[in-house]
Amino acid sequence: MPDLASYLVFFLVVALTYALLCLGLALQWGFTGLFNVGVAGFFAIGAYASAILTGPDYPGQFGGFGLPIPLGWLGGMAAAAVAALAVGALTLRLRQDYLAIATFGVAVVIQLLALNLESLTGGAFGLGFIPRPLFGRFGSSTAFNLFYLALMTSLVGLVWLALEALVRGPWGRVLRAIREDETAAEALGKPVFRHRLESFAIGSAVMGLAGGLYASFTGFIAPQDFQAILTFQVWAMLIVGGAGSFAGAVLGAVAVWALWTASGALIDQLLPAAFQVRGAALQIVLIGVVLAATLVLRPRGLIVERAALSARAADGR
Amino acid sequence: MPGRGKVPPPREVELTDTPLLEIEGVSRHFGGVAAVDGVSFRLRGTPIAGLIGPNGAGKTTLFNLIAGSLRPSAGRIRLAGRRIDGLPPHRVYAAGLGRTFQIPRPFHAMSVLENVMLAPTGQRGERFWCNWLGRGAIAREERAIRERALGWLAFLGLDRLADEPAAVLSGGQRTLLELARVLMGEPRLVLLDEPGAGVNPALLATIVERLAELNRRGIAFLVIEHNMDLVMSLCRPILVMAEGRLLLEGDAASVRGDRRVVEAYLGGAAA
Ligand SMILES: Nc1ncnc2c1ncn2[C@@H]1O[C@H](COP(=O)(O)OP(=O)(O)OP(=O)(O)O)[C@@H](O)[C@H]1O
Ligand SMILES: [Mg+2]
Repeated sequence: MPDLASYLVFFLVVALTYALLCLGLALQWGFTGLFNVGVAGFFAIGAYASAILTGPDYPGQFGGFGLPIPLGWLGGMAAAAVAALAVGALTLRLRQDYLAIATFGVAVVIQLLALNLESLTGGAFGLGFIPRPLFGRFGSSTAFNLFYLALMTSLVGLVWLALEALVRGPWGRVLRAIREDETAAEALGKPVFRHRLESFAIGSAVMGLAGGLYASFTGFIAPQDFQAILTFQVWAMLIVGGAGSFAGAVLGAVAVWALWTASGALIDQLLPAAFQVRGAALQIVLIGVVLAATLVLRPRGLIVERAALSARAADGR
Repeated sequence: MPGRGKVPPPREVELTDTPLLEIEGVSRHFGGVAAVDGVSFRLRGTPIAGLIGPNGAGKTTLFNLIAGSLRPSAGRIRLAGRRIDGLPPHRVYAAGLGRTFQIPRPFHAMSVLENVMLAPTGQRGERFWCNWLGRGAIAREERAIRERALGWLAFLGLDRLADEPAAVLSGGQRTLLELARVLMGEPRLVLLDEPGAGVNPALLATIVERLAELNRRGIAFLVIEHNMDLVMSLCRPILVMAEGRLLLEGDAASVRGDRRVVEAYLGGAAA
């Protein structure tokens, strides 16, 4: 396979990992109004949990359960969901900002644990030799990447369908009511707290799945994969794509990741070696500009959901 | 169809002399202000009771206390003998008590029909996993709820607007929509906060007529209203509140002739 094509495959696998993160965040923010600024933390929980469950027995290291890889992914989802339930149970009854603070705290704590809890996470060196599904069957890493792209595509599709079924159904109807008027929803007998908590946990489970898939794609994870910049990227993707729909989440992920990758490549080409490090900051600035432009020109993102349109049309009567 | 359909069977509690609603020494303070101050009364049978009083008398606050939106600082509230003070609003609703708001709060972005379909509590489809695993059952449940919702919308004359976003409704239509939503929960008692406010006379007549019809079918109402003609003709008993206290309780004639009521209103106007 030519270089460019195999690079494109690799690019898409990563983009679809981001797409999963965006789908989770779309449920939490777009459909529920939950301000999660700890996306990287839930991603990390899924990645580490999956790596520990499926990984080989390293000397002096907890884990090495060697479980089948899909079980690892489920474990990653469950771990992220449990973390979300704990954080949500503590903060979702309080004002909005508490959830933001708490999720930020989760990301920071997970980063610290990943760095310092060496017997569990491998510390700064991270965890390696994480099994990759059917890797031995494929002659080349390009073939494996192609297989993984197919896998990611089906899983993103599956998650998308599952979330769509949720928000289109009666459960989602309650969620929309809560988002619009919490007091009225409560007076109609809707348990607002429980619905928020469920939405938060399901969204986080999807982020955990993204983490597990990431770990078994790269075969190696380390704390620097889960820094705050990742949360910023995912938020930028969701806002650019449109937080009100899952299509927007997926589109935003691919579009912004393309921009991020292309600008990275350009900086590599154009900037002299001495400035490369500062080049990374330029990428962030660029995404920031795109984000600001979206907020000004198309505040609802590239894909505008139908419900919001009809509400707007009605307001303007 | 509930609009035309059968009268719900009378419940056991009606056979005993347990009051439908029992308020016992209920108070609520906001800082130093006693918005509701030691109010006690009982509603028996299936009345359309009225609650009147000057602005700021504490009527809406009392509704919030009964419906669980506010916790009383003191006192007890029973619905058909069962304690409901301290319960969260959704539990009070499930216990058979519906309420509408002084300023109607439909969900603007949803269609009129969706607003009503949302209302029934304990829908199977509200459990998230059923949206994945029990799709056939949910589809059946949704069809049944839809039927019922359309029935109530027809009963209240809103069926033609079923697919419009709720935001396009007029003030009076919003009150009707709130009523339709509340009726989906099959309440024993409905608290209506100023259903006549800002409603044109023709629509008001419809609302009054529908309330009377619902009452004949076994639903009790407690109505806050400033439109005295409406209260005097529709409600019995009538409760009068002023400055957080219950002044008196009686029928239209006794309330109209009472000096304290006149003074409360005049005092309220002078202040
Ligand atoms: N959340 C609150 N915080 C502080 N004070 C409140 C609150 N709710 C009501 N009050 C005060 O309690 C008193 C009673 O208010 P309430 O809304 O119950 O009156 P009302 O009888 O419904 O009046 P209206 O006829 O104007 O609707 C008022 O003095 C009001 O300012
Ligand atoms: Mg009021």
